Parts: sequence; C-alpha cells; structure tokens
Amino acid sequence: MAELNEGTARVKRGLAEMLRGGVIMDVVNAEQAKIAEDAGAVAVMALERVPADIRRDGGVARMSDPALIREIQETVTIPVMAKVRIGHFAEAQILEAMEVDYIDESEVLTPADESYHVDKWAFQVPFVCGATNLGEALRRIGEGAALIRSKGEAGTGNVVEAVRHLRSITSDLRAIAAASEQELYGWAKKLNAPYELVAEIHANGGHLPVPLFCAGGIATPADASLVMQLGAEANFVGSGIFKSGDPARRARAIVEATTHYQDPQTLIRVSENLGEAMVGIEMDALDQHLADRGW
Amino acid sequence: MRIGVLALQGDFSEHLAMVAELGWRGVPVKEAADLVGLDGLVLPGGESTAQCLLLEASGLRCPITEELRDGLPALGTCAGLIMLSRTVIGGREDQWSFGVLDVAVRRNGFGRQVRSFEANLVVEGLVDVMRAVFIRAPVITEVGDKVEVLASVPYRFPDGTQVQVPVVVAEGSLVASSFHPELAGDPRLHELAFGRSVGRSIADIVSTLDEREERYVGSFQMGDDQTQEGRSG
Repeated sequence: MAELNEGTARVKRGLAEMLRGGVIMDVVNAEQAKIAEDAGAVAVMALERVPADIRRDGGVARMSDPALIREIQETVTIPVMAKVRIGHFAEAQILEAMEVDYIDESEVLTPADESYHVDKWAFQVPFVCGATNLGEALRRIGEGAALIRSKGEAGTGNVVEAVRHLRSITSDLRAIAAASEQELYGWAKKLNAPYELVAEIHANGGHLPVPLFCAGGIATPADASLVMQLGAEANFVGSGIFKSGDPARRARAIVEATTHYQDPQTLIRVSENLGEAMVGIEMDALDQHLADRGW
Repeated sequence: MRIGVLALQGDFSEHLAMVAELGWRGVPVKEAADLVGLDGLVLPGGESTAQCLLLEASGLRCPITEELRDGLPALGTCAGLIMLSRTVIGGREDQWSFGVLDVAVRRNGFGRQVRSFEANLVVEGLVDVMRAVFIRAPVITEVGDKVEVLASVPYRFPDGTQVQVPVVVAEGSLVASSFHPELAGDPRLHELAFGRSVGRSIADIVSTLDEREERYVGSFQMGDDQTQEGRSG
C-alpha cells in the first residue's frame, strides 16, 4: 500500500465533519466528563474553570493542567479537546504532544499575543477557532483552522451574541454566493480575508470551507434548536450545562434538541421539568466582552 | 431506489450526496416512519456512543435491528461499521450494536486524532484505487467465516510488529468500512452495497464502475495536492 498521510487538511476537517449534529461539552473534571459522555456528548472540552467562573474570578486564564486533561482522556472514549490562549503556540505544542484530539485557540482564555494567532498549519492536530464575523472566520481558516465556531459571549447563558455572529457569517456567505466574480475582490478587501477563500465560497454555493459550529451562551434545548436553524452544524455548550440545576438531564436534553432541532414535539418533551437553567447575564451588565479578544 | 441515511449525528449529508450522485433518492432517517419503503440504509460516521443514545431515544433501535435481520442492504462507515458489528471492544460498558455483521472491532483502534490518516487503497473488485480517509478509525480484529475481506491496510503495534487488518468487509447484504469513502466524494462502496440488491451481479456493477474510473482518478489527484499542506507520516 502507498504511504499513509497524517495531518492533512481533509483529515483535520474530517473529525469536525464527524462531530456534526452533536454537542461538545465543557467539563472541569473526570466526573463531569463521564456525565457528558453518558448524556451523549460527541466530545468534551477539558478545562479548569468553565467560562462563567473565569468571568467571576478574573485574573489570567491559561491552558489547563496536563494532569487534568490526561485524567479526562483516560475516563472517556469520545474525543477530548482543550484550550490554548490566542497566539500561545507553546501551549499548543504541549497539547499536541498529549494527543489531544482538537485544540481550541480560545478567546475565553487570556490572549498571549496581541499581533499573531497560532500558525495552525504547523500542527498535525486540528484547531478550532472562534469568530464573530466571516472575515475573522476566513483569517483563522487561512492560518489553518479546521473548524470555526461562533464566539458568542461565553459564560453568560445569553444566546444573543451567538445569534448575532451566526447571522452575520451566514448572511455574508449567501451574499458571496450571489456576487459576481468581479465583486469577489471587493469582498476579500471588505472582509480583510484571503481572496482564494472568498472565491472558494463563491464556487461552492455559499458554504464555509470548514464546518461551522455554534458556541457562547447556549443554555436551553430551545437555544440549541435556534442556532441549528440559523445554520450551525453542531453546538459547544460551556457553562450552560454544569451551572444548571440538573446537569445530567440538561445535557441529554440539549443533545436530543440538537439532533431533532426541527421537531417541536421533541423539544417540548426534553424541555419539560428540566429544572433551573443557569441564571445568565445581560450584555449591558458585562464588564468584559470576551468576544472582543482576537481579530 | 430509495436509500435511507441515518441522520441523527455525524457526516450524513456527505452520504446523502453520494446517494444522489448515483441517481438514487436519499431519505434522511430520524424516526421509525422514515424507514418505510427503503431499499437500503447507510449508517454514517460520527460518534458511536452518541448515536447509540440517539437511536434509542428516537425509537429507531428496534425497527432498524429488525430491518437488518430481515436482510435490508446496508453500508456502514466508521461508526456505522461499529454499529453493525457483532462485538465492540474498547467501547463504553453499556455500548450496544446491531450485531448483524460477524466481525469484532476495536473502537479508535488506530489511535487518537493525531494518528488519523488518508491513503490510497486497493479494493478487491474495483479497478482504480480508493482514497480512504481514516478518522480515529476502528480496527477490525476478528472476521467470521462468511465475511469477505475486500481491502486491508498495515497496522503497527506499539512494539513495532506489523499485521494486515481488514478495512472493507462484506457479508450477505452488508458492506462496511473502517474509513470514510464519502469524505473523498467516492460513491463506489455505496454502489457495491446497494447495486447488488436489485439483482445486479458484482461483475455488472464493477463494469459500470470502470466507466467512471477517469473521474475518480481526477478527484484523487486533487486529494493528493491537499496532503501537501500536512505532513506525511
């Protein structure tokens, strides 16, 4: 047989394709990871504090302790993701050597570099990055991201920012599909994005070159359905699960809602008597908008 | 022909595209009512643990088990292979499978994502090579007497010893692969799995496949270009 090619763009994007229609859950220890897997999560994000706690505690938020990540890897059979600070390629090298399945270069942690994101092509492990608009998404893809998620506003339990970001991205995707070929140069300029990626979107009928997931503020099954209907292909749920009254039940409800997002009967069934959702914060009450980190 | 594609979680849209490319009607399957009148069923890639839970929650586990036992032709890729298998190793304690394909598989047997790979593969009966994309792929560790092995790849143990492991298998009305032909846009395993069910012989199917050969060669070269972005392992 011919040679085996590892770490190709198709192999990196391939894992994201397999997560579609699923829920990736933030977990801070092995016990939560088990609850997430039991509830049908397609992957877990291993971190020391969920965004709601990072927001509350303040200070510098960094990559998690490798021992914690290792413990979670040994506990579950599903993919394990972990976060690095924006631009912190040394943290990424550590996670790659630990064979983490996906690295999230995340605005939830405190940025390490104010000029450069990680050169993600240099890694064999795939990266997911957040975006608030299409230009930001394409700059990340240009740097090698194999999966894009909306940033939303992590740790708020408020879905409004994720909706804004998804609508902005999908609306520009549709406009590029409908644009004339001459206009694509203008789009590349307007978005500050690589022309080749804009041309690729135009050629493929308005699809992002990598999968588009939603993150930031999902707290209920209805939230999950909303963002799937707005064009997300899977959901990251952070504080929304383990900051609620009954995490195991809510986790499972959001899993079912993400699959059957078009079926109100399922949404009724999974939403009934679900217990308390996380309290949530209004955007005007925020001291710090995490989505402003990165560019 | 109406080919159902289990559409609970995973890369079912790629499979629906393969079915459409072959000129068949693709039916996304999300509940038992969607199974009516199908000529075949695709079990896509994804996370088998999540799919197990969703199959039960959606009331699909029993009706699909019955259909498969009654001989509904099926194709399973990656997680779909796991779902068809008799024995699943390295799964959750409560992990179940339809148990209709007489093989044992080890989940994520090829390793974590950094060990995922793509390669050109010779599949028995197909003239041209197939670009095979393996994502945290399962390893088939045992095959029953009635199972045909259509393709294999080398598997390296940590101690350096190497064996050939099956990656495409067929038994009765079932075809399954450890990799994702759909991620490379190659519908030939779909044609093998479902073409047989309308009374066409393998030889017939293979001759149609030959006519399409040129097109696939084109797409493989595109795939090879992409690989330059990554490292060769």
